[in-house]
Amino acid sequence: MSPMSETIVGIGTRKGLWLARSKDRQEWSLDGPHFLMSEVLSLLFDTRTDPTRLLVGFRSSHWGPSLQHTDDLGATWVEHPEGSIQFPADTDTALKATWQLVADPHDPNVVWAGTEPQGLWRSADRGETFELNRGLWDHPHRPEWGEGFGGGAIHTVLPSPADPDSMLVAMSTGGVYNTTDGGQSWSPGNTGIHAYFMPHDEWPEFGQCVHKVARDSATPTRLYAQNHKGVYRSDDNGVTWTSIEAGLPTNFGMTAVAHPRRGDSVWLVPIASDGERIPPDAQLQLARSDDAGATWRALTTGLPHSWTNVLRDAAGTDTHDQPGLYVGTRNGEVYASTDDGESFSLVASQLPDVLVVRAGTLP
Amino acid sequence: MTVRVVLPGLLRDLADGAAELPVELDGGAAPLSTVLDRAFEPWPVLARRVRDERGEIRRHVNVFVDGEDAKRAEGVDTEVGATSTVHVINAVSGG
Repeated sequence: MSPMSETIVGIGTRKGLWLARSKDRQEWSLDGPHFLMSEVLSLLFDTRTDPTRLLVGFRSSHWGPSLQHTDDLGATWVEHPEGSIQFPADTDTALKATWQLVADPHDPNVVWAGTEPQGLWRSADRGETFELNRGLWDHPHRPEWGEGFGGGAIHTVLPSPADPDSMLVAMSTGGVYNTTDGGQSWSPGNTGIHAYFMPHDEWPEFGQCVHKVARDSATPTRLYAQNHKGVYRSDDNGVTWTSIEAGLPTNFGMTAVAHPRRGDSVWLVPIASDGERIPPDAQLQLARSDDAGATWRALTTGLPHSWTNVLRDAAGTDTHDQPGLYVGTRNGEVYASTDDGESFSLVASQLPDVLVVRAGTLP
Repeated sequence: MTVRVVLPGLLRDLADGAAELPVELDGGAAPLSTVLDRAFEPWPVLARRVRDERGEIRRHVNVFVDGEDAKRAEGVDTEVGATSTVHVINAVSGG
């Protein structure tokens, strides 16, 4: 891909969506807000077909959730008249929000959504209408899944690029669930993940507080999980996990991002602890491993002394050959790196709290 | 006999700019759910802003029937008279 192709970064905040665009990833123009006063929780730049489609999941505290898309990068927005995601009547459930939007790696018309409450949804028309996955919704564990501070949601959806029948989802609390039969049945995949907050059984089958899972870009059966206290790697497609937290400044954090071009490489954004949700030593920083979690390096160049942090989906990458990495903070700043996190520069500041960051590359 | 359903300014674009929607009630009184169903029938996006897919009024939306908060009455089962006025109002909450 040409290094001169334009980059677009979607910045979803607590009070609307901004779109940052750049031809060189140094100078950025900012367009927004779209959906002013709505919490923008999920974004997807769907570049599988031309033109690029941007899907946005947001909610207004007054008017409820909505999912809209644009095929002209925000000039006009389309909302399905009947609502893209509506819980079926027999569930006696109302949608609270769409937390995750993911392009299927096998079918260019398929988009997956993760919602609050804990639903997984499949669209076969590029995100215009969705159908509830009944295998997960009817899972006997569902009544025991809990709610994190932000609510109970499917916050991670990772279809396998190696197998169209394989997918991992994650929730807090509840943990990891896997399917290998195209979503008909789901099994918990939390073996090895510590749940210190469950005093009677700290190693339960499910109930873990998994904050984010990322899939290795070279080895699809390898995954990285940032937990509520604990960082883990799985080498068996998310069934069992081993700790990779040694060498990190802290085992707490909200997000994990796999390097999109290089296997065994993953970024985390460490947070001091669950009781002190600030950067370690009040220095905003990322941690990167290039050996699948065996060793870690702190990345701080260009990042400030700070009392803020980075939320679950407020980090993402673009698709350039040398990928850009973008992180957004709770105090409304967005930083970009074009050297794998060795240095960062400011994309935007003085925005509302950043909830989600996703990037795309335009033709 | 006509019920007036008065919309807040923030939602009027979703009803082609209308400030209020008339609903004819042939048989006299009707539940609020029926009145809202009829008022919003041509405007499904507007309907979803006010009520969720179960038909419940959203948490931070208030609906008044002749000045009475429906949530403090019978909710969407609150009786609406044939000449009543229904106000849809966004709650004074936010951050």
